[in-house]
Amino acid sequence: MLNNNLTGDYHLDYINLHRPKTGMKEIIKKHPLAIRWFHWINFPILAIMIWSGLLIYWANDVYKIGFGSTTLLKFFPNSFYQALNVPFRLSEGMAYHFVFMWLFFLNGIAYVLYTAISGEWRLLMPNRKSFKEAWQVLLHDLHIRKTAPPIVGKYNAAQRIAYTAIIFMGIGSILTGLAIYKPIQLSWLCTILGGYKFARILHFALTIGYVLFFLIHVFQVIMAGWNNFRAMITGFEVKKTIEIPEEKEEQPAKDPAK
Amino acid sequence: MANFFQTLGTKNSKLNTDQLIMKKTVISFFFFFVFAGAAFIGWRWLRHQPATAGKTSGPLRKILNMNGAIFDGLLSDKHLAKSYSKSKAADPARVNGNLGLKTAFDPTTWALNIIKAKGDTLKVKLEDIQKLPKTEIVFNFKCIEGWSQITYWGGVKFSDFIKAYGLSEESGMKYLGLATPDKQYYVGIDMPSALHPQTLLCYELNGKPLPMDQGYPLRLIIPVKYGVKSLKRIGYMYFDNKRPPDYWADVKGYDYFGGL
Repeated sequence: MLNNNLTGDYHLDYINLHRPKTGMKEIIKKHPLAIRWFHWINFPILAIMIWSGLLIYWANDVYKIGFGSTTLLKFFPNSFYQALNVPFRLSEGMAYHFVFMWLFFLNGIAYVLYTAISGEWRLLMPNRKSFKEAWQVLLHDLHIRKTAPPIVGKYNAAQRIAYTAIIFMGIGSILTGLAIYKPIQLSWLCTILGGYKFARILHFALTIGYVLFFLIHVFQVIMAGWNNFRAMITGFEVKKTIEIPEEKEEQPAKDPAK
Repeated sequence: MANFFQTLGTKNSKLNTDQLIMKKTVISFFFFFVFAGAAFIGWRWLRHQPATAGKTSGPLRKILNMNGAIFDGLLSDKHLAKSYSKSKAADPARVNGNLGLKTAFDPTTWALNIIKAKGDTLKVKLEDIQKLPKTEIVFNFKCIEGWSQITYWGGVKFSDFIKAYGLSEESGMKYLGLATPDKQYYVGIDMPSALHPQTLLCYELNGKPLPMDQGYPLRLIIPVKYGVKSLKRIGYMYFDNKRPPDYWADVKGYDYFGGL
């Protein structure tokens, strides 16, 4: 119901003027078609790159997290390989990895060029306030803080940081990938990235980063709900406006004599 | 849904917001699932292509060959594998596989068989190869499995060997083929990579004669390729303008070039 504090003709006129013309819901454009294409093309391609990368990694699966002689986490346990049918598929993994790398690269380049030329990058890049605000967003999402900082544009501060970081991760994957793919012909790149062995570790760590990004991303999308998810397919969000009753004739009965 | 089909025939401007939301949502999701379905069918098609070489199917192999053509364009005699000091070399060096070495072998009768362009065979003994100028290299040997190890090798540059034995007609061809004496292991190498200044016909490891399991008496060391191309115990050497057969590419499905 209309706020009772608003009295007088002026306020009613003001509200009527700003009443959405189509009713109680409003269609707000959110994601341009190009961005939706880049997003949904990237999803299966990145999945294929991670899968084929796992087939390759298995052949020399030396990474682990631990200290001294204590291993906290081995990448990866045998049961994990068995469950995903990974063992003895190195040549297959390499074949798919070095074919789909082109699609990953071209889609990534197209996305970066699109955001740069269209100006979308302004909605994605973090600004000076973003790092402080991202912390507040995190606290809010963890239900520690009651209010979230106001969203300016399309994304909140945490999203801006995440969606910009993922681009740099993509660039990092391409560069470290090239360094370990052609370590002699591109030896300068391999050297910059810490040498053949270290570049391989970076390439692997970035992949773990994508998996973590994916898990958080999907969780957040589920939490954000249907309206937000739909926008990545349809391009628009539906904004519900406050309910305002239709203006009714409340004037006293007209003088029949008139 | 009846409602939806009605909205399809109506101009957007004549729909109310709820109808417009429904119309746009259904159309978008329809195309989303059409494209997702097409992508899935494309993936299934790719997965079911018959393997033309080893485990790798035709379309994948075409792209791998294209990669080879693109990235081998980077190959330059000036791009060298980084050299290390001898003290950094692993001793003993890692032994990774004995393919082509399992057949009974008599070192006293060994000679390198070079099948020349005209079809005649030139036999060269180890002592004669050792008379040629010796080149040593300490580099990071890279296995296709993903590990690498700094190793120290000695032998004669392949390019020096070609000059010494007057094989310029042969080295003018596009590919070099090598096989073990038992012909169980064989590789093909593009000639520019074979003639790269770091490619050795190698008879020493860590300053001593090659151990049997490292391919005694003579093996290839080609730093610009993965280790699978560094064939142990060369029995036969030949030249061709067509790709020679290659065990890891033809039987196991790996990329033919294997260039680094």
